[in-house]
Amino acid sequence: MAKKESTFLNMTFTLFVVTAISALALASVYNLTKEPIENVKKQNLQNAIGVVVPDAKKGNFDDFEQINVKSSDGIGDITMYKVVVDNDFKGMAVKTFTMKGFGGMISVMVGFTPDGTIIDSDVLEHKETPGLGDKTSKNVSSWNEQFKGKNPAQFKLVVKKDGGDVDAITAATISSRAYCDALKRAYDTYMNYISANGQNSIENNVEPKDGGNK
Amino acid sequence: MEYVIIIISAIFVNNIVLAQFLGICPFLGVSNKIKTSLGMGGAVLFVMTLATIVTWLIMNYILMKFNIVFMQTIAYILVIASLVQMVEIILKKISPSLYQALGVFLPLITTNCAILGVAIMVIQKNYNLLESVMFSIGTALGFTLALVILAGIREQLEKLPIPSGMKGAPAALVVAGILALAFMGFAGLV
Amino acid sequence: MNNWKNFTKGFIKENPVFVLVLGMCPTLGVTTSAINGLGMGLATTFVLLGSNVVISLVKNFIPNKVRIPAFIVIIASFVTIIDLSMAAYVPDLYKSLGLFIPLIVVNCIVLGRAEAFASKNTILSSAIDGLGMGLGFTFALTLLGSVRELLGAYSLFGHKFISTDGILVFVLAPGAFLGLAYLIAIMKRINK
Repeated sequence: MAKKESTFLNMTFTLFVVTAISALALASVYNLTKEPIENVKKQNLQNAIGVVVPDAKKGNFDDFEQINVKSSDGIGDITMYKVVVDNDFKGMAVKTFTMKGFGGMISVMVGFTPDGTIIDSDVLEHKETPGLGDKTSKNVSSWNEQFKGKNPAQFKLVVKKDGGDVDAITAATISSRAYCDALKRAYDTYMNYISANGQNSIENNVEPKDGGNK
Repeated sequence: MEYVIIIISAIFVNNIVLAQFLGICPFLGVSNKIKTSLGMGGAVLFVMTLATIVTWLIMNYILMKFNIVFMQTIAYILVIASLVQMVEIILKKISPSLYQALGVFLPLITTNCAILGVAIMVIQKNYNLLESVMFSIGTALGFTLALVILAGIREQLEKLPIPSGMKGAPAALVVAGILALAFMGFAGLV
Repeated sequence: MNNWKNFTKGFIKENPVFVLVLGMCPTLGVTTSAINGLGMGLATTFVLLGSNVVISLVKNFIPNKVRIPAFIVIIASFVTIIDLSMAAYVPDLYKSLGLFIPLIVVNCIVLGRAEAFASKNTILSSAIDGLGMGLGFTFALTLLGSVRELLGAYSLFGHKFISTDGILVFVLAPGAFLGLAYLIAIMKRINK
């Protein structure tokens, strides 16, 4: 084999060429896949919002105003999507989280009516134990149906064992508590938002602001 | 407090080897003696922290700035490989005794997926620089802990009559499985 | 070497997982179900095939001293290509494999085949070697994934056989270690 000699010039030149070709190849693959990846992300978010605020499916996703706020306890960021269909406020989809899961963070999407009643909720991302804690997720069990139509003002978002109103998952109390924690954070943040901006901010001012929907 | 939680969780709850399955090759390869495990652990602690700092800076100040995040894998692996080389050369010059202790493990570290894994994880978790450093220290300590425990058990295991089919990797894996079971008890700690 | 032998050696005789005990991290990390094992295996096969072919193609142009960094760059490129493509076209699988896709770059099997085989052989035999080793790896991961899914969830490729919860420990971390330990022991027996 006539290998090239390992002179400094040869080595630098070869590595440069190899890296340059790789970078070019990757740049083109990146450009090809950029749009599909964006679409997948958007589709996932859209589906999640559609689950927790079913009316969202009738509207145009791009019209929903996105509101970024600090969570009520200040430990993280929460994103709210204002679901407005035909100038009618249908509900607020709130992307919330908890750090108290069995496997750390759980990301939850929950939809609220204007007065704070839970329309529906589901897990977006989690690292809970398969077969136990993952029952918080809709595609595994119907556990989180119990929150439907409940208003946290009356319905205490605490498991029964701790004196609340929530039936915990058998053998997965920690995951159940964590889910309640996520919902509570979403509710408090939502309520704070309303009291800071007034009830009008969600009911009358229904025209989506320009540039607010990214 | 937050930093303590990051460290504790990286050592016990999300132990890099027993819960996340990274760095298995050195875990099985150099866990015959407690002394070599400690040496490997030290080398990993050193390189992992350094690599995390450098890759974090590259990600936030170069790749994101120029919008070429897709070069992440290539950039990271090159940085880690050259970092290991550099550490080896510098260590040889300034501290021969430390080089003696850690030197033999350094070449093995480039292919230790825990290093690259942690560098990618701190970006995914959106950690700031200090949090990333804490996370990599905790992870390296967790790695060392798992390695030393396994080595301690394997040293004893050698004296026992094991069926020939189970000798070597299978026996080590069974021990690791039982350890993983024990470490699951830490889940929910933080 | 005989092409057929070259192709089949990766399955049993030189199986990267069961015999060479390489690439342990993805083997243990993603095999919670058969489909995950299969997906990870095929992604690795793509990288192995691609890097083996390119490396044997350019082997004469690369000076000896920088051969390893050059190989790593080539491998990392293929890893990024599969990473981006999976994120775009099979998002669910991509999500469940997570971190282990970019980590293919440090999978000892890939660099190992590049250095031990592709840098010395023709394009055709390097391609066959990469394909064989990759499919051997896929076979091992799918087997371990099937065993764990079968015992842990009483299902296979998502089809449930018994509607109760399985023996949970097999889909959790300890089950990965134990399952692999016994599979290696059994393979040792077969190879004897």
